[in-house]
Amino acid sequence: MTLTMSLSQDIKQVRKSKEILLMTHLVLGYPSFGINRQVITQMVDQGVDIIELQIPFSEPIADGPVILKANHEAINHGVRVGQCLEFAAEMAAQHQIPLLLMTYYNILFRYGVEDFLEQTKENSIRGLIIPDLPPEEGGQYLAACRRLELAPIQIFAPTSGKARMATLAAHGAGFIYCVARRGVTGSPTSFDENFNDYIKRCRQATALPLAVGFGISNRQDVDLLRGKADIAVIGSATIRLVDQQGPEAVGPFIAGLR
Amino acid sequence: MSKTGYYGNWGGAFVPEILHETFRKLGVAFIEAKADPDFWPRYVELMGSYSCRPTPLTFAENLSRRFGGAKIFIKREDLNHTGAHKANNVMGQGLLVQRMGKTRVIAETGAGQHGVATATMAAKFGFDCTIYMGEEDVQRQRPNVFWMEKLGATVVPVASGSRTLKDAINEAFRDWVANMDCTHYVMGTVCGPHPFPEMVAWFQKIIGDEARRQILAIHGKLPARIYACVGGGSNAVGIFQGFLADNGVELAGVEAGGKGLASGLHAARLAGSDASPGVAQGYKTMFLQDEDGQMLDTHSVAAGLDYIGVSPILVDLWEQGRVRFSAATDDEVMAALQLTIRSEGIIPALESAHAFVQAFKEVGDLPPEEAIIINQSGRGDKDIFTIADAFSDPSWREFIRNKGEEYADGARQESD
Repeated sequence: MTLTMSLSQDIKQVRKSKEILLMTHLVLGYPSFGINRQVITQMVDQGVDIIELQIPFSEPIADGPVILKANHEAINHGVRVGQCLEFAAEMAAQHQIPLLLMTYYNILFRYGVEDFLEQTKENSIRGLIIPDLPPEEGGQYLAACRRLELAPIQIFAPTSGKARMATLAAHGAGFIYCVARRGVTGSPTSFDENFNDYIKRCRQATALPLAVGFGISNRQDVDLLRGKADIAVIGSATIRLVDQQGPEAVGPFIAGLR
Repeated sequence: MSKTGYYGNWGGAFVPEILHETFRKLGVAFIEAKADPDFWPRYVELMGSYSCRPTPLTFAENLSRRFGGAKIFIKREDLNHTGAHKANNVMGQGLLVQRMGKTRVIAETGAGQHGVATATMAAKFGFDCTIYMGEEDVQRQRPNVFWMEKLGATVVPVASGSRTLKDAINEAFRDWVANMDCTHYVMGTVCGPHPFPEMVAWFQKIIGDEARRQILAIHGKLPARIYACVGGGSNAVGIFQGFLADNGVELAGVEAGGKGLASGLHAARLAGSDASPGVAQGYKTMFLQDEDGQMLDTHSVAAGLDYIGVSPILVDLWEQGRVRFSAATDDEVMAALQLTIRSEGIIPALESAHAFVQAFKEVGDLPPEEAIIINQSGRGDKDIFTIADAFSDPSWREFIRNKGEEYADGARQESD
């Protein structure tokens, strides 16, 4: 993949040869940066297409118990934002797939939004997911992302109406992160008729690739997204796996997803 | 407000997309309720018939004499049903929930007063109710947990983070993002995303409206100063609103000084210099946080003041110089509490006692023809365990020991 194209062009390019892409997630510094390195290497070796690196925040209101605990433990172990950015730069230099930062707005706000995004760009990170920053509050963030050609990933939810989706899509780049259901990260999702209607509405609202996340934890879930979404997002499942079986379990788990 | 939901630079609505539509509908319901000429009178009638409003403005004659300065008046929010000003906001939001046709309410609580008020409202209006409360607060406010459960609410102890108010708010949000179709989140204070600060302030202004009428009737002129404790800030914003336009009335907010501002163990956002601008829990305000933006642990003897943030409305008024802030330490609070109980036969909540501390420090400087008002946001009965501990009350210890033995005997007999 070359870095001269936009993130959405890159995704569409890969999509030509893969029916569905995989995006995985981890919390930086949890359980340690050393284990983060091992986990990322296994993810990349098993063909993961995008990785979301979450900078821990003390008040992660959109996250469920698994990721919440990971956030708090990382902070309690003394993980600092500066370390996370350095680690992200190291990973981006080592691996060729697109890396994204995920965190909450206060982390950018305290660092200085412009400075944070310039550092992100310099570190060869391709985009960001900030779940508590709607476009109405993110004027400075969106403008700086545009200027720096970073993708400010926008989020659709089942509760987003047609007009709302259009507004969000207009501010988005890279892809749209479609939250599969109500609730927080980490509990199961039922992919029923309502879900299919929702994904149809998402597709109609944007030409950007669609990623679906929340509650996707096995091959069956990934299979159900084929033909509907472009990217399946695996979040809490890998953190749970590392907690229970150690980092070496990640490779076989990813290999079995698709 | 310069921009929707902003007070100067503060406030806003930093809400995950899943809640965007819920907040939009809530905003519409609130605007419609405000525009409905029958809504406010119905609210006032409900507060009169169910919650002893208007609450009295009590002349604290003995305390006034003791300090030898201005006359001290106490606004008796402790005489609300459920024992605190929290009832004002909760009953108002309950009427709003009825208008929206929702069937379940959730709330966060620190001291437990907002939780008890919400559980009471839910019992009266027939709503299901779940209350989130930090594990640490469940321990120190056990009587309120008992009453919430008796009122039919499910109390969920929150074990994450610092296990106090901020963590309870996060958990309430996590419930809400899953259940917003049937559920309303009864935010307990003038914080959180727009329209919560505006809505809670609107219901709480009933305190200031009454206090202004009462002081003019009793004292014949406006007070020199008003003192209110500030956790999130709802009782302060409530009473201050009655006097905002009266520039001669000095408005004083009192935060939790804990073990002293220099100790780092406190919850003083505006009185000290430890807080900085940040965005968390859906709004922008001054937070107690580290350089990275991670929220710090706070400390106060009063669970209801033990919070990282403060109302955006108050930060704006503080920046304008309209409201000044100081802090009262845990020890000062205990001394003021004892003095008030003995002098006036009134038992303020630990939270409210913070306002008494600052008033007692300053009231002697004012001439006797002036008056001050202290907003007694709640009653101290709920704090019986904490206060008994602080005074090392021997007969209370004896009672608890005996009670413990009695329960242990009962448990042994049951298992025999």
